[in-house]
Amino acid sequence: MQVAIIKYNAGNICSVENALKRVGVTPVITDDKETLQKADKVIFPGVGEAASTMQYLKAHRLDELIKGLRQPVLGICIGMQLMCRHSEEGDVDCLNIFDAEVKRFVPTPQERKVPHMGWNTIEQLKSDMFPIELEKSFVYFVHSYYVPVNKNTTAVTDYITPFSAALHKDNFYATQFHIEKSGKVGEHILNHFLSL
Amino acid sequence: MLAKRIIPCLDVKDGETVKGVNFVNFRSAGDPVELGKCYSDQGADELVYLDITASHEGRKTFTELVKKVAAQVSIPFTVGGGINEMKDVDRLLSAGADKVSINSAAIRNPNLIEDIAKNFGCQVCVVAIDANFEADMWRCYLNGGRVPTDKYLFSWAKEAQERGAGEILFTSMTHDGVKEGYANEALNRLSNDLNIPVIASGGAGKREHFRDAFIKGNADAALAASVFHFGEIGIRDLKTYLAEEGVCVRM
Repeated sequence: MQVAIIKYNAGNICSVENALKRVGVTPVITDDKETLQKADKVIFPGVGEAASTMQYLKAHRLDELIKGLRQPVLGICIGMQLMCRHSEEGDVDCLNIFDAEVKRFVPTPQERKVPHMGWNTIEQLKSDMFPIELEKSFVYFVHSYYVPVNKNTTAVTDYITPFSAALHKDNFYATQFHIEKSGKVGEHILNHFLSL
Repeated sequence: MLAKRIIPCLDVKDGETVKGVNFVNFRSAGDPVELGKCYSDQGADELVYLDITASHEGRKTFTELVKKVAAQVSIPFTVGGGINEMKDVDRLLSAGADKVSINSAAIRNPNLIEDIAKNFGCQVCVVAIDANFEADMWRCYLNGGRVPTDKYLFSWAKEAQERGAGEILFTSMTHDGVKEGYANEALNRLSNDLNIPVIASGGAGKREHFRDAFIKGNADAALAASVFHFGEIGIRDLKTYLAEEGVCVRM
């Protein structure tokens, strides 16, 4: 199986490569159009800022390429946020695969700390992207922006407000949490995605 | 609900774990990668690797170690020790560390916090503060607690947050090594003053101390070294206990 990781100006790409290797898959990291289109699975990971990464994707014509992919595609963290319609981070229009707005967390007196950093549970699991036994499992988050619950939401996490921990539409899958840093649960989800 | 984190800290010198370990059936006690995996399997939420090597050669060894940890450990880890400038940060993040912890360098050159935050994001930048309670004030120290400064805990932590720190790792020199509990009063004030996570460090001797750091100190995470390394407290037992005490932990 050929797994491709989209190469762009975001951090954390090597963490996803390491996670894939731990489950026995050696990915190719590339921005080559043909390689990405031919891959069996494509992963769109990253840690970064929405406006600058979106600008990079456009400049390298990766935006249209990603939208046109037909195989299972997995966005992680900023990857997921960039797959939405628009982000408040840098007020930027994104890929519009998911019809959702990315918003900044507004702290409350009870939950004051932003970024939302650490282990939290995923609930109300839907879609074929999650094995059902993972309901209420802990996964690792680091983010200051969130996607509200919407019709594509396939997992919900509660911090400040219930938000989308995962999204799914057609061949596009995405998680706000870092699958690659979520221990055994993360490996389970990654293996499951690879089996789709 | 966001879980409180338990973080074992591993001191590394010339590529080997320094403090002794006492695990049953654990053969490679000195191997930081194996030890990290072992902690991860027991339920540690994050790891901290502290490079206590002084030499240039040792730094290279540590970078190689970071690559191995990144390849083999599936939970987040922070690296610290000897980070003085952006090129150190870049080297360690490129090797696969999730966060860097800066201490003396941040006090000497506070702009480093801004540089890290701007280039890699706030979440990457942990500012570690060693402070000692003296004359009713928490005075900050440099160089592993050897050099006093004119900075004080609460104002320095606030400044670090404003400059872009993603977390504060507060070690109480007053409590460190004494094993009578964390500096809960100071932790509580710090946690209320700041809107970034606070990691408690220094003073863990028994399970109750972790509970108190979370409940009385309102810490977001608790770090410890010797109680884990010497097997005095097992991470799984600790988390079971904390859950019974009403602390939200990842099981």
